[in-house]
Amino acid sequence: MSEASILTEEKEAGFGDFVALLKPRVMSLVVFTALVGLIVAPGGVHPVIGFASILFIAIGAGASGALNMWYDADIDALMRRTANRPVPSGLVDAKDALAIGVTLSVMAVVMLELAANFVAAALLAFTILFYAVVYTMWLKRWTPHNIVIGGAAGAFPPMIGWAVVTGGVSLESFLMFALIFMWTPPHFWALALFMKEDYSKAGVPMLTVTHGRRVTRNHILAYAILLAPVSIGLGLTSIGGPFYMATAVALNLWFIKGALDIRRRPEIQAEADAYRVEKSFFRFSLVYLFVSFSALLVESALKTYGLGGW
Amino acid sequence: MGLAHEHEIHRRRFGRNLGVGLVLGGFAALIFALTLAKLGDGGPSQAFDHTIRVDQLEAVE
Repeated sequence: MSEASILTEEKEAGFGDFVALLKPRVMSLVVFTALVGLIVAPGGVHPVIGFASILFIAIGAGASGALNMWYDADIDALMRRTANRPVPSGLVDAKDALAIGVTLSVMAVVMLELAANFVAAALLAFTILFYAVVYTMWLKRWTPHNIVIGGAAGAFPPMIGWAVVTGGVSLESFLMFALIFMWTPPHFWALALFMKEDYSKAGVPMLTVTHGRRVTRNHILAYAILLAPVSIGLGLTSIGGPFYMATAVALNLWFIKGALDIRRRPEIQAEADAYRVEKSFFRFSLVYLFVSFSALLVESALKTYGLGGW
Repeated sequence: MGLAHEHEIHRRRFGRNLGVGLVLGGFAALIFALTLAKLGDGGPSQAFDHTIRVDQLEAVE
């Protein structure tokens, strides 16, 4: 034992723990969808401006993640999935998370205004406020519709990417928003079906806890059906085309089939096979979103060769 | 004793300092790149230089 060993008793965060505060995995989804929004938008921006804009959107999203971890440290500590986050594990002080969240939020918005334009910056500011205040502080602990409305925060990035190029909002960017917005509830409810102890222990009013698992299964199917017209509708706009349309039809059929399987299953059967169908639906939901946006990218790449689009 | 020791915690702190340093350096480089991109994009740029220039005058017949 050296005399310095006393210092190690007290946990001290490394650089990586501060990075973890920004929810890098959520950030990667934000970067991808914002990038697609930016690329498929008509016109273009200087690559450096595009890169900087995506970076500031990602930092803004990360900052709202830090604010979420500051506010939710008490319930994160109770859930197995989130107990290792930097604040509940004691590595980062809650006050530091707040300071980092506020500082990075302001910086990201100001920098996006300077790099791109006012509309993009305003949308980013709204997204951060929506996630940190409306979702985290208000809806999450109050209503089982928390993720339905809160999902809007995760749906804004492609709209911001679009605004970086065009300086405005359009039907196309609204439908990209709507696609993620309608996709979020079935995605999270499938997760809630097989992570049930977590949410009830923390007292978060998940639909599974408040209205039961049967109702949740029905809701997953309802949203999967409502998602289809949005996805197909996006294919009819200027950024759609035959390739996107074919992909969207296949994805939506498979998504609805998965939701039907979930709807049909009695709880006993699900418990017996350790939520196999629910888990595979959850995984497929990630594929759904990734492939949908990739198809938009392909469509826009094909257009440069005079092939994509209607 | 003590201060001369290289301890694990010093390495962790160094890692943190290095991280912050690199982030700040990267940020400065990004601002510079943005400046170049913005100035290069919009054609020649002019600042007010306290004298009247010919190209500021309106065309007269």
